[in-house]
Parts: sequence; C-alpha cells; structure tokens
Amino acid sequence: MTRRRLPAFLRTPLGISGAAGVAVLAVIAVVAPILFEDQATTGKVADAQLPPSAEYWLGTDSLGRDVFARVLVATRLSLELSLAATALCVVAGVVIGVLPVVLGRRLGRLVTAVVDFAVAFPGLLLALFLIVIFGAGSSGAVLAVGLSGAPFFARLTHTLASGIAQRDYIAASRMLRVGPVRLLVRHFLPNVAEPIVLNATIIFASVLQAFAALSFLGLGVQPPSYDWGQLFNEGLARIYVNPGQALGAAAAIVFAGLSFSALGEALSHAAGRRSGQGRRKTESAATAVSPAAERDEFAETSARLRVSGLRVEVLPEGTAESFEAVREVSFEIEAGESVGIVGESGSGKSLTASAIAGLLPTGAYATAGRIDFGGRDLRPLTVSQRAKALGTSISMVFQDPMTALNPSMRVGAQLAEVVQVHEGADRKSAMARAVGRLGQVRIPAPARRARQFPHEMSGGMRQRAVIGIGVMGSPQLIIADEPTTALDVTVQRQVLDLLEQVRADNDASLMLISHDLGVVAQRCQRALVMYGGTIVEELTTDMLRETAAHPYTRALLDCVPEVMSEPGGHLVTIPGTPPEPSAMSEGCPFAARCVSADDRCRSERPRLEAQGRAGHRVACWYPQVMVKADTLVGPGGGGA
Amino acid sequence: MTATTAPAAPRGLTSRGPVNPWVRFLARRLFRFAASLLGLMVMAFVLIQLIPGDPARNSLGITASAQSVAQRRVELGLDKSLLDQFGHFVGGVFTGDLGTSFNLGLPVSEIIGQRWAETARLAVLAFLLAVVVAVPLGAAIAAATSGGRRRFLDMAFTSVTGLAYSIPGFLLAVGLSYVFAVRMKLLPIAGTDTVSGYVLPVIALAVGPAAALARIVRLETLRVLGEDFVRTARSKRLPTLRVFLRHVIPNTLTPTLSMGGLMLGGLLAGTILVETIFVLPGLGSTLTQSVTTKDYPMVQALVLVTGGAVLLINLVVDMLIAVADPRSTILEG
Repeated sequence: MTRRRLPAFLRTPLGISGAAGVAVLAVIAVVAPILFEDQATTGKVADAQLPPSAEYWLGTDSLGRDVFARVLVATRLSLELSLAATALCVVAGVVIGVLPVVLGRRLGRLVTAVVDFAVAFPGLLLALFLIVIFGAGSSGAVLAVGLSGAPFFARLTHTLASGIAQRDYIAASRMLRVGPVRLLVRHFLPNVAEPIVLNATIIFASVLQAFAALSFLGLGVQPPSYDWGQLFNEGLARIYVNPGQALGAAAAIVFAGLSFSALGEALSHAAGRRSGQGRRKTESAATAVSPAAERDEFAETSARLRVSGLRVEVLPEGTAESFEAVREVSFEIEAGESVGIVGESGSGKSLTASAIAGLLPTGAYATAGRIDFGGRDLRPLTVSQRAKALGTSISMVFQDPMTALNPSMRVGAQLAEVVQVHEGADRKSAMARAVGRLGQVRIPAPARRARQFPHEMSGGMRQRAVIGIGVMGSPQLIIADEPTTALDVTVQRQVLDLLEQVRADNDASLMLISHDLGVVAQRCQRALVMYGGTIVEELTTDMLRETAAHPYTRALLDCVPEVMSEPGGHLVTIPGTPPEPSAMSEGCPFAARCVSADDRCRSERPRLEAQGRAGHRVACWYPQVMVKADTLVGPGGGGA
Repeated sequence: MTATTAPAAPRGLTSRGPVNPWVRFLARRLFRFAASLLGLMVMAFVLIQLIPGDPARNSLGITASAQSVAQRRVELGLDKSLLDQFGHFVGGVFTGDLGTSFNLGLPVSEIIGQRWAETARLAVLAFLLAVVVAVPLGAAIAAATSGGRRRFLDMAFTSVTGLAYSIPGFLLAVGLSYVFAVRMKLLPIAGTDTVSGYVLPVIALAVGPAAALARIVRLETLRVLGEDFVRTARSKRLPTLRVFLRHVIPNTLTPTLSMGGLMLGGLLAGTILVETIFVLPGLGSTLTQSVTTKDYPMVQALVLVTGGAVLLINLVVDMLIAVADPRSTILEG
C-alpha cells in the first residue's frame, strides 16, 4: 500500500494514534469477554481484596475477582452502550432536525423553538432529568444520554438542511412539486450524511464519558452488570485499601475518550482540508542575496525615500515553495513629491508598499535590498526598532475603510492613541488633536463623530477617518494603498483631493498605489509602472501620454478613457491575464501578452534603463520610442 | 451566535423607524427569556406525568402499603385533574411553595435556600479561574505561533488542552483528591469548612472548561490578528502589547463571551459530580441524591432552579455581548 492511498486523516500523528487506540479497544471489546469471562465473574473468596501482583495486575475485588480482567471485559458493555446512545442521539437528532422541513412553516417553527430551548441546557442536566423518567439502569441511561444529545444534533441537522434548502436545485425541485419525503431522501440526507457522521464520531467520546458519569453516580449500569463507570464507582469505595480498581477503570475511560476524540478531530481536520479550509504550515525559505543590495548606492542625495534592489518572497500557506513576488525594485521619492505606483493586482505594488512600511503580511519576507529612509536602512529593523526610528514619519492609508478601523474602539480614540504613544500626549490633549484632525479631513461635526464607533459611519466617512489616522502624527511619507477602490466615484474624488491637501499641509511625500493609471496621471508627478513584480517603466506623468515607451504602459493608457479623451474611442482591455507570480519565466514578464514580443523577450529579462528624457527609465528590449499620440490605438480599436 | 463579526450595514441602526434598537432588542430577549421559563415550568411539571406507572408507587417502592401510596398520591396532587395540578404547580412556583421533600421532610424551597450558595460559589470560582488562566494563555499562544512560527509550541498547546479537555471532570476530581488529599495530605478530602477545601473542587471543575476556552481564545486571536484593522494599528507603530490590549483582545470578546456563557452553564452541571465526590452540600449533590431516591418534588424544584439559572446566564451573556459588540447582536435581533 502506498502512502498516497492512505486516507487523509491517517497521515497525521493524531489520526494514527486515534485510529490505533480505537482499533485496540475494538479488539478488546470482541476478545476480552471470550477469554477472561471466567476470571472476571468468578473469584476465590480466599483471594479477596488482594493488592496488585504478578497474578492479579490490578489486584482483586471483595469477591476475589480479577480486577484487570473485569476492566477488560467491561470494554464491550461500555462501548456497546455508548454506541447505542450515540446512535439514538443521531437518529433522534436527524429526525427532529428535518421535521421543520417536512412539517411546514408553523409547526416547523415550534419544533425549532423547542430545540433552541433544549440546546441551552447542559447535557448532564438533561440526562439526569430524563433518568428520572426512564428510571436508573442500562436501558434508561441509554435513552437518557442519547436523547439529551439529540437537541445538539437536531440543531446541526437543521442548520445543514436550511443551508441546502436555499440552493438552487432544491428550489427547482420544489417548483416541479417534488414531495417533501422525496426531497429529504434524494437531496437532504445525502448532503448532510458526511457532517453528521463526522460529528457522531466526535461526540462519541463525550457520550462515553457521560455514560461513565451516570454509572459512577449509580444511575447507569446496575450490578451485577458492570461497565467502566460502575467499576470506578465500586473501586472508589475501596480506594484507600486498593486503588487498583479505581485507577484501572479511570485509565480505561480516559484512554477510550482520548482515542475517540483524537480520531474525531483527525477526521474533521481531514474533512476541513478537503473543502479547502485546512492549514498546513511550511518551513521558511532560504533568503537570496541580490547583487543590487551589495552595491552601495547610498550617496548623498536629496531623496526622502530610496529603495534599491528590493526583493520580497512570499510563502503561501499550505505550500513548501516560496516565490519572488517583488524582484529588484529600485526607485526614489523626493521630499514633497507625489509618486504613483500603477499595476494590476499581483504586480507586486502593494507588497512593495508594505515592505517599505514594514507591514508585510504573514508569509511574506523582504529578503534583499535596501529601504533607506531618513539616512537609515529600514529593511533589517525589528518592529520596536522601527517604531523608535520612524515614530510617525511613515504613515499608511489602507484600501478598505470597512475593515481598516477597529470595530470595538471609538474613532477618536483610534486617532488619539497615535500621539499618546509617540508624543506622550495626555488623553485630553490627544483627543482634542484627534477632533482637530477629523475636522481637517473634512468630517463634519468632528467632536461628535470622534465619539462614534466605525459602524456608525458611512464608507466615505470611514475612509476620511483612516486618512486622519495617517496624518495624526507628523508624516514625512504617506503611503496610500488604493485608498479609493472601495468608494463610489463622487467620494473617490473628494478623498483624492483630501489626500493631496493633507500631503501639502504636512509637507509630506505621497506614494499613491493604484490600478488606475488615470488617477495616477491626474494626481501624481511621477509614475512607476509595475508588472510581474518589477518596475517596467518609470516616468513623469506629464510625459506619460507622449513618451510612455513600454508596451504595457501603452496598453494601460489605452484602458484609460479620460487620458485618451478620444470621442468615440473604444475602451480597450489588455488581452490575456497577468502571469501567476509563482510561475515567472526567465524573460520579460510581459512577453506572453505583448504584441511585439520575440524570442529575446521570452528568454532574456530586460533591465530598467534610462531612456532619452531625464527621469524616464524603461525595461523593454523594444521600447516604443516617440510614437505620435494620434496613432496610439489599441490592438482592437480603430482610429478616429 | 456567530463567531464571525461580519461588517453589518452601518445605516441599519437608524433606518428601521423610530423605535430605539436597544429597546427592541431588550424586549425581544426578555420575551424569549419568559417563554423559556414557561417552557421550563412545563418541563418540570410534566416530569411527574411522564414517569411510567404510578409515581407514588415508584417513589415508595413495592413494599409500601396501599394506604401510604394513596396518601402520597394526594401529596403529589395526582388525585386532581391535570389542569388543576398545573395551576397549583405554577401558583406554587410564584409563591415559592415547591412542595415538601420526601427524604428530608422539609419544604423544598428551604433546602434550596440553604444549599444554592455553595453551588454558586463553586461554579463562579471555577469560572473565574478558567477565564483568568485561559484568556491570557490562548492569546499568548496565538501571538507566539501566528504565521506558522514555533510549531512545537503550537503542538504542545493543542495536545495539552486536548488531554485536559478529554479527562472527565469526575475522574479528575477523584485523581486530584487521591494525590493531594489522600497521598500527600496537603488539602482536605471533603467539605469546605476552610478555604483550602475549595481548592481541589474548583480546580477539578475548571480544568476542562479552561482548556476548551483557551482553544477558542487562541483561534479567535489568530483570526483577529489577520484583520485589516490590526495592520492599521501596526502602521501606527504602537508597542506590541498595546496592539494586543487595545486592538486584538477586545475584538475576541464576543465569541469568548458566548463560550463563557456556555461554560458557566456547563459548570453548573459539573457541580453535580464534583459536589458528590467532595461531599459538598450544594444543589448538585442534592440533585444526585434526589434522582437516586426518587424524591420527585425535590427533583422538580431543582430542575426549575438550575434550568432557570442557565436561562438567566444566557440572558446576561446576550446582554453583555450586545454591549460589547452592538453592531452584530442588535442588528441580528
């Protein structure tokens, strides 16, 4: 049998030990009553109350019976009764759970309400209640334990069934007037079978323990029958004389409980992984040293931010192999400058920004290069070193205002804490400043808004608050990661105006990340175009239309209606899809989608090199130099 | 109760007309509580009716004389019509007259009045212990292992909590008392005359729930650590401790509270076994005795009181969640 053929749950230590434990218990349950029945039921009175010895591993009880044999023999009854109770629990639960579907709305609601009511009570309490009705003893306890677990299963089944009931094919069957019974048998049961079986395995362990507890209380199995709980109860009375029986029974209960819950947990992990929710973790990858990192470009320069040879590796969860999502990225941002980074998703623009801010997500590492800011390389710094070195001088404005604010904290406090922490401001003055900032980002009635929670604000209002956080300290560089993507068009404009205003007010630099070249062209002085993890072109936005030389930039320009501003011009899309960052080739990353690509493009990667005009760099073997604007039409569009 | 805190529509609070959502929420919850209490009363009442055969004969045993059985039928009110019986029962609940214990010959309400405090003390102490241990532990483990770091620690935590959760409370109670009371003679075996008498029962009660809670807190913390607003907090370059205390932990509260409510209810049930083992005079051991000896009025009253306590805990937890996370709870109604 190959490894591959093993069921998924057996590939983990948990699954293996659980399955092995259950197998051992099953064998004992079958074999022990046959082999040890005699020792377990008949004893020599002369041998009564013996301590553990070579002959009697756990000693003997008051009638001289071998305690070890009794514990082994009790396995069968303990497992049988738990199995019966679990089966009852599942069957009753499933029946009650699907009742609302069959009964129609009114009665169904009543059933649901009763289930909700019963689920609220702890199982043992329900079981004791039911024991009063059914009477103490094995069958009474099976009924009590089984039925006390039924509400849980009914709720589970109901939840599963309602999920299925909303699917389209059920609606279709309803329209075809398929009867409720047929609906149940054909559609519901097959779909709920797997989670039900899974949960049955998981609760088997607790059923076993509940049963042991009832027998221990003298309400379950009655002498002369014996299960583990009953043996434990007997043993407890003599624990001072001979702890063997109590210990043996307790060990059996714990072992069985652990085995079944381990198996159940392994099974549910395996099921979770099948449906794509599983998590596997991997070792971190080795870091590469980039030649650019070795070069010391750190000469005297006026640049506020200088990134050179930056590489970011990403290790996706559930894989062993990392890939380079950002490679050899170098650029500068001057004081007071607005620079836009443009690219499709997956181009590495957000990772580049996160690396600069020191906020790379889990599994992403800046492995090489320098990030010089304020005369210091930020890349190797730890979180606290960064905090000390930077204070509030780099701030970040995030993309999704709905999730970027802490839902459990008042908005004002989220701004105020910035200066409380970094400038040691007291609560009152920090709050006064927060209100001032909220006003500055054009939030009306800022004092009232500061006391609100994020969920009391609209999306545009929240995005302003997020910007407010960004300018709360004294930022020299504001990194805005798609700050307007989640907003509607009218609000977008206001937010961009606002960003420009706060940038100017604070005399800060702005790094605006966007997938929209039009926005960057209007709002920034320079644009960096990223594709496949590298910068493919760098140029000032005023030369964008005439001078853009990279085929990708040209294609992006074709996608921007405002920039083309050609009445009757077609909105053009770039054919093909961006490359998977994990499957990058040796050559130019854009080669696969480029109309003028040849063998050289596919095999050799072009470097970012200076073009004719100052401040213009492009990474292309065949830059489209000096093309007239009116001949710039996309592959699918006609001339005007 | 959902574990996720999906962002709800922000304007939902105001768009549903003039009624304050808090008032609507409170009214709905109180109505549900009252309905559940009524359900509980019906449940306690039908208990006697559902016992197969003659409850009077059952409780007295087959050797009792016909006369004493007839007398007990009168005591139980079984000679009246069902409706009369229910009316009498409900009236009794509201006047605090829950009948007389067969075993002790005392009014049931008096016995409960004497014994409830013991159980409440045990459950609350165990609850506090579990919370104090589990919440920091779960959060710390999540912080130390997020992003697949320190897999060994992660595995150790999972195994230890798994083990702790799988050992039934009554076994743990016996094991603890055997080791610390019988063998090492460090703590009393039974009784709570001294403070040290609480140590073992409380630990025995708390271990399982603490393990379960620590697991939930760890999962919730890991979830919150991946949220955008935590990245925002990090972008403010706050000290890590502050990020945790102000931004991470508060957002794990809702599921932790839901779990805590379930846990406290479960602890009430756990006292049934632990009180029996440590011979503590609380409601739990009384319930065991009453079930064993078929002291029906006592069982009825205990079902009402313990069940009522569970419902009350659920109500309080729902309120707390609503205060901690008004968005999700109130809007869901």
